[in-house]
Amino acid sequence: MRRLRFIPFLALALLTASCADPRTHAQAVYMLVDTSGTYAQELDKAQRIVSYLLGTLKSGDSLAVARVKSRSFSEKDIIAKATFVKDPMQANSQKRAFAEQVAHFDSGIKKGSAYTDITGGIIQAAEFLNETGAGQKTILIFSDMQEELDYKTVRDFPIDLKGIRIIALNVTKLTTDNVDPRRYLGRLDWWEKRTRAAGATDWKVVNDLEHLERIFRERG
Amino acid sequence: MGKLDAVMIWPNNPALSVLVLIIFAVPILYGARPAMHSLLRAVFRSIGNPLRVLSHWLFKTADELRRRNKLVLLSHGREEIAQGIVKEFDRVTNLVQRDLHGYPALQRKLMDEITCIEEDFQKCGEVPPPPPEWTKAVAAIAKIKPSSDGLVEKILEDISGSIGEIYEKIIAEYRQSSKQRHDILKGFMPFWRSVGQSLDRVDKNMTGLKDSAAKIDEQMEKYAQINANTEKAEHSLTSSATILFVISLLVMLIAAGGGFVNFWLIERPMEAMVGGSEYIYGNLQASYLAAMVIIFFETLMGLFLMESLGYTHLFPLNGINNRMRRWMVWISFTILLILAGVEVALAVMRDMIVSADVALKQELAGGAAVAAATAGWALNIPKAAQMILGFTLPFALAFVAIPLEYLIHSGRTVFGALLVLGIRGLGFIARFLSSMLRQIGKGMEHLYDAVIFLPLIIERLVVNRGPRPAAKSGDAAAFPKRGASGEHVL
Repeated sequence: MRRLRFIPFLALALLTASCADPRTHAQAVYMLVDTSGTYAQELDKAQRIVSYLLGTLKSGDSLAVARVKSRSFSEKDIIAKATFVKDPMQANSQKRAFAEQVAHFDSGIKKGSAYTDITGGIIQAAEFLNETGAGQKTILIFSDMQEELDYKTVRDFPIDLKGIRIIALNVTKLTTDNVDPRRYLGRLDWWEKRTRAAGATDWKVVNDLEHLERIFRERG
Repeated sequence: MGKLDAVMIWPNNPALSVLVLIIFAVPILYGARPAMHSLLRAVFRSIGNPLRVLSHWLFKTADELRRRNKLVLLSHGREEIAQGIVKEFDRVTNLVQRDLHGYPALQRKLMDEITCIEEDFQKCGEVPPPPPEWTKAVAAIAKIKPSSDGLVEKILEDISGSIGEIYEKIIAEYRQSSKQRHDILKGFMPFWRSVGQSLDRVDKNMTGLKDSAAKIDEQMEKYAQINANTEKAEHSLTSSATILFVISLLVMLIAAGGGFVNFWLIERPMEAMVGGSEYIYGNLQASYLAAMVIIFFETLMGLFLMESLGYTHLFPLNGINNRMRRWMVWISFTILLILAGVEVALAVMRDMIVSADVALKQELAGGAAVAAATAGWALNIPKAAQMILGFTLPFALAFVAIPLEYLIHSGRTVFGALLVLGIRGLGFIARFLSSMLRQIGKGMEHLYDAVIFLPLIIERLVVNRGPRPAAKSGDAAAFPKRGASGEHVL
């Protein structure tokens, strides 16, 4: 009987191990879609990215899509959000419903917003992602990264993006960028510095939408 | 250069400084020569001697291990051959009980049949017909000279006619008698056949007995060799264990491949059951563990099944009776069957999940789901293949028990031999290092003497000026020789 004494300890160890936080391996993705000005015309591309994300994310992962407009620090700007359940069939249904919501939103956009509050969207995204408690948190910013705020909106304060990866998608060149490319490069550089200073684990720009797998590649 | 400058007497003239340093250092080094030699010897011995001791210990351990390995190997071989002999004796016993048990009856039957044959043979002996008495009368009549007498001619004609009739009658009787004898001979046939078959059976049994006896002789010879602890027996057993180990390992690898396929077959549906986002420890997903548990459980049931069927002897099940053993067979087989059924269900579920995923991706990519082709029966082939694999793999995995047993048994011998080889290799390295260090120590002593060669030459000249000891010319070497005390002397 002495030999069997280790069994309770083994069971306890297994129980402890099985209580490991499952969320640490889950992914949470928050996608910000710029709907300001002429960038609103790029929304069909955003739909493709959402489709890619829905095909890639697994059970237990979370996805939210929100719009960026004049003031974006609001839950009301979240177009669709979901945490996919364990059952793959149900998860598929969730994904279908999610795609429909996003498609419905795309077709509803008629006119772009006057201003672009990217910072507000990022703060909202960080809040959402931290709430999910996922192990890997990613903010996708589908925008030209040109922030324009009205005179009342205050965004020039330090933000907290610890443990979050930031990926800028489809950063289009503005007319002024074409005149002086340093403006474009400087803009990207400014955002990188800002996000890294806020504690972001990674900053990446993916303009080639034919290779969306680069979104989830760790480096490069 | 900064550090060197500190020891230079004249930093601007290093050559002169070095020369002066050497001039000062050489007498000191010469004076310290015996002490330095002792120091060098002590240093190298302090490293070399433990290595020699280690080497000695390793070789001794290797010998001891080899001896123990041999004991285990021979004991195992003895046990195996004893089992083989017992099996052969069982066969012989069965043969004797089954076939030779009825030998007296067979012999009696053979004797009866032979007696019958003899009697029939006597019956069918050819008896020549007795010579008719009237032949003498015929001979007397035949002596009558032919004449023209009509009466005589008529008598002769009558006699000729009577003889012809009698002749035909006798011939008919003779033929009838021959036919009867042939019938009797035809009646022999079943007896002959029966005798032939009986004798064939006896011959076959005798051949089987002879074969078994030859095998027993062969086994007994091996047994005797093992008992005599011969090198040949050890070599033969080691060789066969190595071959068995390699073959078992190969089979186990193939089985591991089967297990791997089985794992990927059930992992996806298990993900749906236990949750793909659940992790047990680190990066180990709960679904992986669940799938592995099912596979291990199947293998375990296979082990029990093989064990209870008597194909393997991994567990000491000698204590349980046949009834219990039958119960074990049925229980393990039933569990295995249930698990195979579960795998079939999981295979179907996997196919459904994959189809649903493909449909969703198509829908997301194209905007509308592409309707699956319903007509093609070929589309069901992958599903059927998955189901068949799911059902057969658990049973195939059950047979892993047999190579596993051989792997474990032969592994002891192979790993033992490898361990001996490894320890001997280490022993050799230790001895080599020890020897090398001793030579380096000697070399260092010679190097030291080479540095102070000048005072040594002077010393030799001074010593040679005095009365020479009765020494051979070869002793006046340029470099010292080792004395009886181990010191280098000039």
